[in-house]
Amino acid sequence: MLAAPKLAVPATHLWRTLFLLALLLALTALVALWAGGQTITLAQLRTDDLSRTLFFRLRLPRVLMAGLIGASLALVGAALQALFRNPLADPSTLGVSGGGAVGAATAIALGWAERVSGMPLIFVAAFCGAIAAVLVVHKIARTGPIMLPGALLLAGVVVNLIASAAVLTIQYMTDSTRALQILRWLIGSLDVVGFDIILRMLIFLIPCWIALLFFSRDLHLLAMGEETAGALGVNVARCEWAIHLISSLLVGVTVAVGGAIAFVGLIVPHAVRLLFGQDLRIVLPGSLLLGAAFLIAADALARVVLSPVELPVGAVTGLLGGPVFLWLLYRRQRYSAL
Amino acid sequence: MTPIAAARHVEFGYLPGAPVIRGVSLEVKPGKLCALIGANGCGKSTLVRLFAGLLTPSRGAIVFQGAPLGRLPRREAARQIAYVPQNTAMAFPFTVLEVVLTGRSPYTRRFCFEDEKDRARAMDALATVDAAHLAARPVTELSGGERQMVAMARALAQDPQFLLMDEPSAGLDLKHRAGLARTLAALRDSKGLTSVVVTHDLHLIDPLFDYVFALRRGELLAQGTPSELLTDTALAEIYEDQHVRTRRVDGRTLIWSN
Repeated sequence: MLAAPKLAVPATHLWRTLFLLALLLALTALVALWAGGQTITLAQLRTDDLSRTLFFRLRLPRVLMAGLIGASLALVGAALQALFRNPLADPSTLGVSGGGAVGAATAIALGWAERVSGMPLIFVAAFCGAIAAVLVVHKIARTGPIMLPGALLLAGVVVNLIASAAVLTIQYMTDSTRALQILRWLIGSLDVVGFDIILRMLIFLIPCWIALLFFSRDLHLLAMGEETAGALGVNVARCEWAIHLISSLLVGVTVAVGGAIAFVGLIVPHAVRLLFGQDLRIVLPGSLLLGAAFLIAADALARVVLSPVELPVGAVTGLLGGPVFLWLLYRRQRYSAL
Repeated sequence: MTPIAAARHVEFGYLPGAPVIRGVSLEVKPGKLCALIGANGCGKSTLVRLFAGLLTPSRGAIVFQGAPLGRLPRREAARQIAYVPQNTAMAFPFTVLEVVLTGRSPYTRRFCFEDEKDRARAMDALATVDAAHLAARPVTELSGGERQMVAMARALAQDPQFLLMDEPSAGLDLKHRAGLARTLAALRDSKGLTSVVVTHDLHLIDPLFDYVFALRRGELLAQGTPSELLTDTALAEIYEDQHVRTRRVDGRTLIWSN
């Protein structure tokens, strides 16, 4: 009997990876909670009312929001890359962010400032737009009982292109203040006050995270090929349908609240693969944790780099994530997925 | 002898009104090494996918060990039937061992990883196809032929009773092509493995294969032993090519078309 090289991933590798990433997330969150236009120390939290209000009403919700959105986008990116067997797939691939952008741009252009069940109408419009895009893409990609992943990918990309054109048209037709607001939303922002929206998001996000993680093994097999996965006992049609639906819901919620934050869903799963290997049963939970840490870090930088001016977090994710990803790629010449 | 698998009046088409398989009935006897031959587009790959449970017949049924295949739970089917697809290209640089280990997934629970026994079984499967030296390599760096061997090792790691392969010799060099036929024959003799191999490589068949099924335009045209089907007249009919010639040399059948 031949000895297996120490390459394949035992369960201990999963726990080691998750421990390291959880530690990184905790450290990043602590630094992000401390950093800002005004740094907040533990002593200030105990004695200063203003610091306490700033911390609990603004800083902590914002860090939590960044964590939730980053985790969701990275998890969806990892799932979609495996599902489509395409290293360039990311949450925008489904057309969801495009649909959400049209919804939000419409709401901003029409000046809808009301709230529905405590949620700003812009969020609701963005979520409706995202779900409408999903339904269109799903309808196009479905031929009878069969879902065609290639058609799903292509339909998603084209819906995004149409949505971009629609958003540009809306921007062109509205006044300059609202056009700027739309632009700011498009780049992505994590402005949040209090925990109301975060609690509402959690109702959607946590079941969706659990559901996607449930499919980790199926995605690991699907990443090897659709026929291979089918021959290994995966119900390919059911998995594709479920993963598409769950990913759409996750991205719909994050886009509605945080705007179209680019890069997280593309680069974080690749970074996890480069650092911890290709096994999707590790890449999925790893992306969840690293995605959260990454967006928290990006948002903290957005707050402090040009303080008191705040950069849009979407710009920072691109400027920070792109070069880091290229550096990782350079360090691992062997990596040949791209 | 009860067949291990059978097609009963199977019809299938990818699009309505365009049947690819037309009323095919055939029986695969256990412990036999079988070839499925026919011209391009005659439905060989589709038929083998139907046997693998990847497609469902629009009419008729695929029967496995006496019961309709569709009634067998997917994981249970994956423990008994293995399939090696024609396309083995991968988008991500999994290591070869990771790929072969997925063959053990029908035996592991959803949230569990493969254990040391599974790793040892995967290494055995790699050794069987003479690819153990590739275990640590990223699969994206392998040649097409090496990927074929890895895909076969993954299928063998499933410990199947029924092995289906779609063009496994495509991309294999002379040595590994001969090795493939010898390996399949050895697994038949040692473990009673039943195999159906879709192939255009007719020289692979003789002398180690037991039986040949020939499709033409979605219908089962002929079946028999290699010596019955690898003849000028039979092959001319199967491939609709009057220029096919065969000759027996050193106990083997040489085949060419002028």
